[in-house]
Amino acid sequence: MQDLVTTRHNPQIDPSMTVWGWEIPVYLFLGGLVAGMMIISGYFIFSHRYKKTDCVTYVLPIISIVLLSVGMFSLFLDLEHKLYVWRLYTTFRITSPMSWGAWILILVYPVIIANMLMDPPKYIAEKFPQLEKVKNFIHERPMLIKNIGVGNMLLGGMLGVYTGVLLSTMGSRPLWNSSMLWVLFLISGLSTAAAFVHMIAANVEERELLAKADNGFLTIELFVLALLIIGLSTSSAVHIAAAKLLINGIFAPAFWVFVVGMGVVIPLIIQLLAVNHKIKHTPIAPIMVIVGGLILRFIIVQAGQYSHYLNAHFK
Amino acid sequence: MARYGMVIDTKKCVGCMDCVVACKTENNVPEGHNRDWIVTVTNGKFPDVNLEIQSQRCNHCDNTPCVSCCPTGASHVHEVGNVVLVDHEMCIGCKACLAACPYDARYIHPDGYADKCTFCIHRVEKGELPACVSVCPTHCMYFGDLDDPNSEVSKLLASRKNHPLIPEAGTSPRIFYLI
Repeated sequence: MQDLVTTRHNPQIDPSMTVWGWEIPVYLFLGGLVAGMMIISGYFIFSHRYKKTDCVTYVLPIISIVLLSVGMFSLFLDLEHKLYVWRLYTTFRITSPMSWGAWILILVYPVIIANMLMDPPKYIAEKFPQLEKVKNFIHERPMLIKNIGVGNMLLGGMLGVYTGVLLSTMGSRPLWNSSMLWVLFLISGLSTAAAFVHMIAANVEERELLAKADNGFLTIELFVLALLIIGLSTSSAVHIAAAKLLINGIFAPAFWVFVVGMGVVIPLIIQLLAVNHKIKHTPIAPIMVIVGGLILRFIIVQAGQYSHYLNAHFK
Repeated sequence: MARYGMVIDTKKCVGCMDCVVACKTENNVPEGHNRDWIVTVTNGKFPDVNLEIQSQRCNHCDNTPCVSCCPTGASHVHEVGNVVLVDHEMCIGCKACLAACPYDARYIHPDGYADKCTFCIHRVEKGELPACVSVCPTHCMYFGDLDDPNSEVSKLLASRKNHPLIPEAGTSPRIFYLI
């Protein structure tokens, strides 16, 4: 038997770490969703689908900007020394994923705006008539359009990957310390984005395509979740203890019911029936995927903070 | 360049918490927060029981996850003794270093920055010992240069059985407990 008594009682640290509350999961979710939308939008541009005037790629940039800004505001709310936030941009720390993320976020905005300028929303175009010239300038240059598509896919990929790397480099938290985490967050970002675009796309062909794509992403996500758990379960004692938090520990009910069941398996079945024309497309499955993606971030962030070298020994 | 570390004799430590009080007084540690603390570890089952009292704090590791994850460079390795410090004016309070530390040795100061043990570098630079070491009534704590084979800490480590905390985390901590 081993018994441990400590006199330490630091806020947010004891009895288990809770330094990151709702702000970080919300930010990671919105970052992943925007990353997925950028990749989808970039792909539609790259594959010439943008030539259809009702292409969803003309709607996504403005939604991406709004959601990413909400995510960044959420991140800002998490900072304890808010007035010093500008310090992020006075340096670049190559070993810090958070520093990479801060700079990636700065690069993401111009790429999304370039996408938006291909066909600015009416309420913006009416206020700034000169945007029409920019729009014509872009449309006269097919290579520029292609580059905007590639830029959106590339930066979207970097944004999606970084949200996972941010956590997986924390060796002190065994649950996060897996190289599968960035794959999970990227694929979850893509599946939630495909679900979101599936709901809002006006073009029937696009809607069908995204439902099929989402089925693919959800299937891969199931495999990635399995690989994450298998990877942790076959590692050291602390990693096994971390895996148990999800398999049959305190986070297991929420993980299996809301993430695996309602977030992946059930919407996958519904969408498989829909794309095979057995049932009609409804927003139910996409909403379940989106909510599941959000709950996944909450569970991973909270369970990761709970997983610890000491907790593994004493709990 | 020196590489400061600490050696704590668990055979002498009685867990009186003088080190905790000295640290709070010396460094104006805010109420409800601790830069150092006492952990009592009991191993075994009666009558075969082993008790170890440990005065714990930031381990000023050689491999510093708290420094490498810091996005602004606020967490840094000080040139004097390779002590790990936080520049309060650079810290944005992102809490990445709190999450990265396997010892949970950091906390957020009420003023918004990450805070932790500094090995009382302001005293050490004046040739004094850290406050916790200087007040210990049983003289169970030793501070010095781990790279100097003639220092008291190096000699103790060479002559007595010892262990660091959570070595499996791979951070190469610089506080050792004599057993």
